[in-house]
This record gives sequence, C-alpha cells and structure tokens, in this order.
Amino acid sequence: MKLLYFAWLKQKIGIAEEDITLPDDVATLGALVTWLKSRGPGYEEALGDLAVVRFAVNQDFAGLDHPLSDSDEVALFPPVTGG
Amino acid sequence: MIRIQAEDFDVGAEMAAMNGDGDVGALASFVGLVRGGKGDEKIGAMTLEHYPGMTEKKLAQIEAEARTRWPLEDCLIIHRFGRLEPGERIVMVITASSHRQAALEACAFLIDWLKTSAPFWKLEERSGGEEWVEARASDDQAAEKWAANK
Repeated sequence: MKLLYFAWLKQKIGIAEEDITLPDDVATLGALVTWLKSRGPGYEEALGDLAVVRFAVNQDFAGLDHPLSDSDEVALFPPVTGG
Repeated sequence: MIRIQAEDFDVGAEMAAMNGDGDVGALASFVGLVRGGKGDEKIGAMTLEHYPGMTEKKLAQIEAEARTRWPLEDCLIIHRFGRLEPGERIVMVITASSHRQAALEACAFLIDWLKTSAPFWKLEERSGGEEWVEARASDDQAAEKWAANK
C-alpha cells in the first residue's frame, strides 16, 4: 500500500510517502490510523487529533470506516484550503 | 477545462479564449490573489502544496457538477501551486453561458467548492516563522449552501 502525507502531517511524520504492507488485521482506515500511531512519536503526534486530519483512498475523500486493501493509495492530510 | 500549474496566467488572454460554439452571451470570472495582509497579519509569501492526481480528479468532478447544474458553453479552472508572493494570482475560474445568471452562479459555485474540496494546502511565511493556513468554517458553510440548494 502506498501512503502519502501532506502539509504539516508530512512535516511531523518526516516523510512525504512510503510503501507499506498492510497488516492482515488492518481492514479499515480507522484501523490503519491506530496501527500508524504505534509506529513512532512522529506518527503519534501527527495523528493525535483526528478532528484536524482528512483522508483519501484512491484519490477520493474517505471516512474512518472505509475498507482498505493492499493495492490502495491512501493519503492523510489537514482540511484542504484551495482557491 | 482544468489546469494545475506553477506558472502565472494571462487573465485577458484566458477570457478572450472562451468562445464556446458561438452561443456565449456572458462570461463570469473570479481571480484569487495572494493577500499580503496588514500589521501582524502581513505575510512575505505563500507556498501552495497539492496532491498531484487527486487535484485534477477533484477539479474535474467539480467542473462536471457545475455543467450538470447550469447550461455552460465553456468552463475553465486554473489553479497554481508553488511559492507565490503577495499580489500574485493563485486561481482563476471562468464560466461561459448564454445568459448572465448561469455564468455568475456557476462561477460562485466553483470557487466555493474549490475552497473545501480541492486538495491544496497553504504555508504562509510570516515574520514569526512559517504557518499553515487553517480551513475556515465559513468556507464549509459557503460550500454547503450549494449542496442544500441542489
């Protein structure tokens, strides 16, 4: 699975993207977030307040209950500010 | 049409290029600039980051939605990314229709939706350091107004 981070999430986590193998017991976006938070202090800080984090699966906005498969592209970012 | 680019654009040339197929009676446009701010709010520059791929996808969806709601002859959205200084152009929306109401409404719809669904983030350079621009509740409300009026 390809993971992408943008804006301050990228700064806190310290990388713009990474390839991971989705653990067998991670079936939803919410479970992925819980798993990511266990990977280090940068992840924990970036994902500490999910009220200010948005998600996209395969380039569409998605909620925490969205199902995942290992071939998905998942992005984590702050609320967008276009225009 | 959607264009995501680092370089500037020519407002007059873009307006002149909106022809449709001869039945255009109205062009409406919006140009967004980097606001320099005053006093403590003053910024030196702004860097726009985006999500290549998703940006194009979301903008194309927004354009398609506008075209289903209003009889548009033509439609252009240009959004820049990268480092921009105060006064520089960030975004332009042009809508072309037979009559003014459709052009004006579609233009307002597009710019409201860009704020809340185009994956861009803005990093401001201030005297005290760098700061990410936070999304505003008023922008969400402006976009939701269109959802309610569907």
